[in-house]
This record gives sequence, structure tokens and C-alpha cells, in this order.
Amino acid sequence: MTLLAIDNLTKVFGGVRAVDGVSFSLEAGELLAMIGPNGAGKSTCFNMVNGQLAPDSGRIVLAGVDIGGLPPHDIWRRGVGRTFQVAATFSSMKAIENVQMALISRQSRIGRLWKPAARYAREEAQALLRRVGMAEQAERPCGVLAYGDVKRVELAIALAGAPKLLLMDEPTAGMAPGERNALMALTREIAHDSGVGVLFTEHSMDVVFGYADRIIVLARGRLIAQGDPRGVRNDPRVREVYFDARHRVIGASE
Amino acid sequence: MSFSGLTVQLLNGLADASALFLLAAGLSLIFGVTRIVNFAHGSLYMLGAYVAWSLTERLSSVAGFWISMLLAALAVGALGATIELVLLRRMYRAPDLSQLLATFALTLIARDAALYLWGPEDLLGPRAPGLSGSVVILGRLFPQYNLLLIAIGPVVLIALRTLLAQTRWGVLVRAATQDREMVGALGVNQSILFTTVFALGAFLAGLGGALQLPREPASAGIDIAAIGDAFVVVVVGGMGSMPGAFIAALLICEIKALCIALGDWTTPFGLTIAFPHFTLVAEFAVMAVVLVLRPWGLLGRQQETARASAASTAPFTPAGSLTKWGAAIALAAVALLPFLVGGDSYILVLSIDICVGILFAASLHFIMGPGGMHSFGHAAYFGLGAYASALALRRADIPMELALALSPLGGALGALAFGWFCVRLSGVYLSMLTLAFGQIVWSIVYQWDAITGGSNGLIGIWPSARLASKSAYFHLTLALSVAGALLLRRILFSPFGYALRATRDSPLRSGAIGIDVRRIQWAAFIIAGTVCGLAGGLFAFSKGSISPETISVGRSVDGLVMVLLGGVETLSGPIVGAASYIVLQDVISRHMQYWRAALGMFMLLLVMAFPGGIVGALRHRFTRT
Repeated sequence: MTLLAIDNLTKVFGGVRAVDGVSFSLEAGELLAMIGPNGAGKSTCFNMVNGQLAPDSGRIVLAGVDIGGLPPHDIWRRGVGRTFQVAATFSSMKAIENVQMALISRQSRIGRLWKPAARYAREEAQALLRRVGMAEQAERPCGVLAYGDVKRVELAIALAGAPKLLLMDEPTAGMAPGERNALMALTREIAHDSGVGVLFTEHSMDVVFGYADRIIVLARGRLIAQGDPRGVRNDPRVREVYFDARHRVIGASE
Repeated sequence: MSFSGLTVQLLNGLADASALFLLAAGLSLIFGVTRIVNFAHGSLYMLGAYVAWSLTERLSSVAGFWISMLLAALAVGALGATIELVLLRRMYRAPDLSQLLATFALTLIARDAALYLWGPEDLLGPRAPGLSGSVVILGRLFPQYNLLLIAIGPVVLIALRTLLAQTRWGVLVRAATQDREMVGALGVNQSILFTTVFALGAFLAGLGGALQLPREPASAGIDIAAIGDAFVVVVVGGMGSMPGAFIAALLICEIKALCIALGDWTTPFGLTIAFPHFTLVAEFAVMAVVLVLRPWGLLGRQQETARASAASTAPFTPAGSLTKWGAAIALAAVALLPFLVGGDSYILVLSIDICVGILFAASLHFIMGPGGMHSFGHAAYFGLGAYASALALRRADIPMELALALSPLGGALGALAFGWFCVRLSGVYLSMLTLAFGQIVWSIVYQWDAITGGSNGLIGIWPSARLASKSAYFHLTLALSVAGALLLRRILFSPFGYALRATRDSPLRSGAIGIDVRRIQWAAFIIAGTVCGLAGGLFAFSKGSISPETISVGRSVDGLVMVLLGGVETLSGPIVGAASYIVLQDVISRHMQYWRAALGMFMLLLVMAFPGGIVGALRHRFTRT
């Protein structure tokens, strides 16, 4: 079943076509990696799907409904969870309280003024933290956690919304190699078991080729290739973009 | 209205715009580079006028006058450099609010210094030699001096532009305005840059004050008026933008000139609109409109967020049973106060003030601490609450108890309207918009004689017979302020309170888990406004009167000081802060002639020694984590 269908999506900043007529789709339960050199338009794409940015044109259809241009909180309610390139958590709250906030929001109880928030959905929050391996640190404030741990809490927060679609912007950046594989294995398990569609970007090619079911490649705002990992790896256009980009970077540093 | 009258008014507007630009340009420059909102800028302006007065007294020749102007500006510039070196240099890493508090403390000290050195009388300066007469424009007299002012504004603008565009120093200033950290990382000596920028900003303020001397007398009250005007210009123009400040000054002064030129206008239905009355509101109305349409000012850019994020605040912990019992016992002891000190004691009067202060500070803390929205205009809701009660009692003969019950409603309605605008902005811009709304409320109350009693205010607002005794009213105030503070505390632990903190910690994450950031912030404004309105109502009945003076910007700043004094990151901070500030103010003002300066010194000491406020310092002292 097609979960997310992106059709001819475009965003222009000044004169730069950051995302230029991109179309792709994502099935439920699928891990789709979006790769491309810096400035390819990956984050801009993400920001449009989750509502941080409104598209200039094109459609973003989630489970049959066009969500393009809706505010982030609306899009979240329709089943889109997200982790950010630089992890965004509530630093003045404990890890478990971070997850509880997302659960309270899912239950539409944000406006409650009386019962202490700490008593809402504690068990479920603890279970989510256990799932990402953060149960022991549940009572520590997010402001003092190691960065890799913050990223795991962020994943728990995103999962608390029971998303149909999970957007993960560089989920393993700043993590040790062992941690990376554990996190990606968990993500794959969640996708395949619960039918959550996962769209992720990643600079680590080990992670991309090790875990993605399918890969799409962006360069300068355009979709230049898509397919299974083996096909993308051997695609001459992809090789050219990556080789060319690396080449230019080396040239610039000299 | 005649064409010639309009022309002369518009020319006057140009002269005013020049003067205003001189005042605002320095503030904008300083903010752009150092990110310090310099409350003391108005004081530098005031000192410029005073020093110029003293110098012209001694140098009375023609050349002496102009030399005096220049020397006054240079002296103020040197003072600015000293302030930067001695005080502000230590504070660049401190939270914004400590910096604000420090510069506000400087205004208190400067005010008393001026009083000590120049006395309380207005000092009329000499006319500018050679420009003391008038020219005839379209058959009307126009002061020659104003022609000079009209020229000075653009000249200073061009000089500043050249300085910023052509010199190495200017390039560094522009670079620092865009990205201070990057400039530091590139090895630029920021200390020298900051000191020189501060000196130049102070010089411009001093020049503005000195040049204003032939038009209006030097007096100790011009500092607050000046800083209010300067803030508005800087915000409307865009923080850090010189041409923006110029355009903003022009826009505001010409709108004011137009209001004066229009005069009274009678509508076909017999209603008379007195346009000159709008001059007080005009600049703040312009600011509100501009900020809603262009949130970063006319020529401003979105501020980059500082990379080094501030040390995150600790999670809230519910009070343990020991704390709860301690608080209950302390409260019981306070409730017995009238029996200990007697029903007519001054201590009761002071205690009522403290209770009102606690409610006021707690409501401000609610949006400022957990909400992260630094309101500079909290007096608005206080005033709306106070006037709602007072008007209900005096104009509608509603019984006192019911009139008091209307005060939270007054505050809530104000917050409903103002909050809607404010939550669309953030950071300094939000603060400035709250300041604008505070001033708008003040101006309306001040001008609307027929309803509010104008500058005299409303009197005879006394509690009903059964609450008339001091001790009865004390108990009422104590009960309501404890209830109010506890309610706010309860809300902060509820899902809503957490959501509010979530919007402060990370608006990005809040949106991504379905929290509508603006709606939560707006609701927080309304809750704070409601509680603050009650404080206003209690205040009015405790004094028997209410006047515009009691709801001026001074009260908003008092609130800020209380919250910061107690510690903005603690829940008990506003309570401790309000109580200590009110007691301190009372003790100092009764025993010292120059109590403002003493209070200012104390505040400086406090922000330097205890940046986390009283409760923050105690917690730091007694907890090891």
C-alpha cells in the first residue's frame, strides 16, 4: 500500500531551486533512504513533508490526503513522526517526561490544567524508552545526556505519536558504530513489524546500504536515481554525482 | 487646516526625526554588535543634556556653545566606554535578562547622580548662537535651530554609513552584527570592538541630548521617555540597521506631526476626535503594526540563534512533604501577623503590598520563566485589572466584592488581545511589543479624562465595610495571592505547563509532536493576564485610588526586577523576589535620600554576584548534584 506519494515537489529559495520537481513514493513498512551530496535538498524535502516549510508547488499525499502546507502540529496528528538532523528534545525535562509529552499530545490532553503531567502515561513512556534502550536513564534531564542518547530519546518521542510515517534526518550522526547498527536494526524492526514507513537521510553509506530497502538519490534538488541498493550502487549517474562532488571538495581545499 | 500649517508641522516632524534618530542610532549599533539591550541609553542622553548645560554656562561665547555640544558628547562617549570596561564586559556571557537588569540599575544610579549634581529643577539651556531666531516659511515662523537639526540627522546617517562601509572597523562591526561568534573565531579582538562600539553609541546619545538642550530643558525625567522612544525606533527600523532607524524615526515623527496638524476634527455625526491626543499612542501603534507585518522591523533581518545554547534549566521537582509542611507553617504564621503587630501597623500595609507584588511577579514569571517570553509590559494587565475594578465601583456602582471579581477579567481581556500579537514574535522583538502594548494602555488611561480621570486617576476606591479594616483586607489579599500563586504552580506541573515549557525548550520539537506553539503561548498570556489583573484589582482597593503613574513602565520593570531577583529559573523565585524587593525598596526609600542609586548599586551587586537570583544562589549553595 502506498503510504506517502510525493508528486512534483518544488521549493525555491531566492533564485535557488532547492527541491526541483521531485516525485517518489513510499510503501508502508518500507525503509527508504534519501541520499545525495550536501545541498542536494534532502533536509528541505523533509521540512516540507513535516510542515516546517510550505511547498511552492507539488503534492505531498499521506495515506490519500494532501498534507502539503499544513502546520507541523497538524501533520503530526495525521501520523508523521520526525527526528531532526540536530536532535531536538526538551532539555529542561527528564527523558521520560519528553516521551510523556508526546503521549499526552497524542491523547489530546495538552490543555489539561490540573493533574500533574508526570502521572500521565508513565508506563507507556517507560516502555518506549526501554525499546530504544534508554530505560536506565529515564529520570535524567535531556540537557545532560550524551548526544547519542539524546538521539535515542528523540526516536522514542517520535514513536510515541504512533506514526504511520517516520522521518529520520541523519538518525545515527554523532553515534558510535555499535550504537548505529543497534539503532538502525531497531528502526528496521519497527518498520517491518508495525508497518511504519521510514524515510531517512544518512551520510554513512554503511548504514544506507546495510539497512535501506530502497534508495532515492537527490542532486542539486533533482531526483536522479532510485531503486534497490544494488541498482543504485551501480548506477553511473550516482557514481558521477558522488565522485564529481568529492572531486570538487578536494579541489577546493587545496 | 491650512497648507502652510501642515507644511510647518511636517518640517517640525523632520527636526524631531533627526533628534530621535541620533538617540536611536547608538542604541541600535550597540545592540547589533553586543546584543545588549541598553536600558541606560536614555540616561546617557539625559547626561548629555546636563553636561552640555554645565559647559554652556562656562563657555558662553559663540564658539563656546558649539564646543560645549561636542565636549558633552565626547564626555558621554567616554562614560560609555568606562561602563563597558568596568561593568558590561563581565556580562556578555550572562543571560540577557541580567544584562538588562544591570543596565536598568545604571539608569537608577544616573537618575540620582543627575539629581545630586544638577538638582531637581528643569535647567533651561541657552539658545544656539546665530540660530536663535526664526525664518518665515509660507508666511509662518519656523525656528532656525530646527533647520539645523533637519540637516544633522542625514549628515550623521551618512557619516555612520561611511564609517561602517569604508573602514576596517566598520567592516568588523558589520561582521559582528551578523555573526558575533564567527568574528571571534576569526581572531578579531572583540574586547576592543565592543568598547569602541559602546563608546560611539554613547557619544551619539550624548550628542542627541546636548543638541536637544536649546529646544527643551534638561531634566531628570527625560531618560525614561527617551529610552521608550529609542526602543520603538530601533525595533520598527530593525535592530542593528542604521537606515532602518532613520526611516522609523521619520515615519513616527511625521505621523505625530500629522496628528498635531489635523487638530480636532468633528465628524458629521457631531463626535469630535482630538487627533493631537493620538501623539502619545502613535509611535506604539506604528510599532505594533510594523511588527505584525514585518516581525524583524522595516529593514531588519531575522536574528541568527546563538550557537552556544544557554545552560539548560533543571527539571521541575514537586515539593517534598517537608517543604509543603514548612510552607504551610510559614503561611499560618503570616496569617497571624495582624494579631502580632496590631491592626494599624505599617507592617500590615507593607505586607499587603508584598502580597500584591507576589501575585504580580508570579504571573509575570509564568510567561517569562517557563514560557520564555520576556514581557516588558506586564503593567498593562495590572492596570487593566485595577481600572476594571475601579470603574465598576465608581462609574457603575457595582459592589466592591463584585468589582474586585471583575479585575481578573480585565487582565484576561487585555492579554487575549495583546497576546495574540505578541506570540507571533520572539526574543527581543516580543519584549518590545509587550512594552508597546503596556505604553498603549498607559496612554489611553492617561488621555481618556472623561472615563479614567486622566492623569489624576480615580479616587475613593475603598473596600466594602466588612473588608475595610487593614487586617481584614490583609487576610483577603493574602488568601487570594496564595491561591493565585498556588494555582499557577499547579498549572506549571500540569500537561499545559509542561507544554508551555516545551515551547520554550524547543519550538521545533513541540510542533513535531503536535503542540500548537502559538496557541499554547497565547493561552499562557491569558492565564498570566488573568492573575495579574487580580493583583491590579487588589492593589487599587488597598490604596483607595488608581492613577496612570502606578501602571507606567516603572511597574513593568519592577516586575522584571522581582522575578530576576528571586531567580527566573525557580518556582519560588518570584515569591522571594517580590518580598525582598518590596521590603528593600521600602527600607531604602525611607532611610536614604538617594535611594534609587542605592537600589541600583544593590541590583548591580546582585547580578554580578548572584546571576541566578536569590533562590538560585541558595539552591546552588545547598545542593550538590
